[in-house]
Amino acid sequence: MRKLFPVLLAAVAIQAQAADLNVTVEVPRLDVAEYHKPYVSTWIEREDGSVVTTLSVWYDTKMKNDEGQKWLKDMRQWWRKVGREGNAPLDAVSGATRGPGSYTLNFSAGKAPLGKLDAGNYKLVVEAAREVGGREVVSVPFQWPASKAGTLSASGKTELGSVSLELAP
Amino acid sequence: MNHLKLAGLALTLLLPLTAEAHRSWLLPTSTVIAKPGAWVSFDAAVSNDIFYTDHRPLPAGQFQVATPDGSAATLENISEGKLRTTFDLALNQEGTYRVFSASNGLTARWEENGQRKSWPPRGVTPTPEAFAKEVPKQADKLTITQSSRRVETFVTVGKPNTAVLKPTKVGLELVPITHPNDLVTGETARFSFLIDGKPAEGVKLEIVPDGQRYRDSQDMINAVTDKKGEVSIAWPKAGRYWLEASYEDDKAPKPATKRSGLYVATLEVLPQ
Repeated sequence: MRKLFPVLLAAVAIQAQAADLNVTVEVPRLDVAEYHKPYVSTWIEREDGSVVTTLSVWYDTKMKNDEGQKWLKDMRQWWRKVGREGNAPLDAVSGATRGPGSYTLNFSAGKAPLGKLDAGNYKLVVEAAREVGGREVVSVPFQWPASKAGTLSASGKTELGSVSLELAP
Repeated sequence: MNHLKLAGLALTLLLPLTAEAHRSWLLPTSTVIAKPGAWVSFDAAVSNDIFYTDHRPLPAGQFQVATPDGSAATLENISEGKLRTTFDLALNQEGTYRVFSASNGLTARWEENGQRKSWPPRGVTPTPEAFAKEVPKQADKLTITQSSRRVETFVTVGKPNTAVLKPTKVGLELVPITHPNDLVTGETARFSFLIDGKPAEGVKLEIVPDGQRYRDSQDMINAVTDKKGEVSIAWPKAGRYWLEASYEDDKAPKPATKRSGLYVATLEVLPQ
């Protein structure tokens, strides 16, 4: 009995620290003649609109000389709030654009790019801009730390489908 | 391909500074650029409707560019057409660029035998010698004015900075409190105006949104600067705006008895 106790305590301790935040973004299938995969940025901002961190940026990473970065500014809110500051290295959070489908990104508290999130009210924001298409921003408010496990979601109307946030305390 | 290298402040007065029936402006193709290596083109024209090139071009020689780090830059591919002047600018640095025309000098008006006279004559570059020779020391209704004129716009690559926004302290100028390339609907912008380096109270602003051709009203925003020379602007919608500010007082250096300033900026307001 004495040997079991420390093991049990250790297991509970690990679970409390490994708080997770999983983001699922749906890129909608659109019926257009000329379709380009959208540029999509995902970030967390505080109640006052200031940005905590960028979680992900999908843009055309394959163009030579980083030409694809020209259109990062089309994600207007992200660009103005954090993108143009050029502080955090883009490489760490960027990836290629994705076509229609649902994509889940996993983040852990204490680990980059989420880092340490102080207790408080936040918004997960996703912004999509599509060449010869439109632009849309979807945000999901949430509290941190999550009191219990659960999923919060919101939906775009045009350039984004469902955006959901799964929180594991 | 024409290259025109411009350096230093031109102290020639180019247009008489009565209330201009026509509006001067510079119009950039973009004001927000993601990274260096891009080009921006400009239209420079005098028109009635904003921003339609329906009248005449602004002569190219008056334009200069201030770069984020202060190094020289060349306006390229300059073309003076029938309705507008156009030129290109390579943006090779991060930060804010300022493209402008600025002048400051004396103008005079008087009457001779009931005939109205003005100086300098249109199209002639004024000099102090010519002023001494051509403007009478005494005349009917003689008014000598120290006039300043500035027409400008701003473009930012990457993160905005304020190096080019430092006041010149000459003439009427806008000193941004809100950065001119950081304008969005739903956020009130605040600007301050200086006349020869001092806060200008009572500067009259007239702001007209783009797209004038397709509506019945000017939709003009009128504003006046306060004691600190400051003014707040709320943007009714996204788009480009022509902003003209005019100022007049009698605190002029001799022989001028009046001091006047005319300032024009093209500002782009983005949606949230």
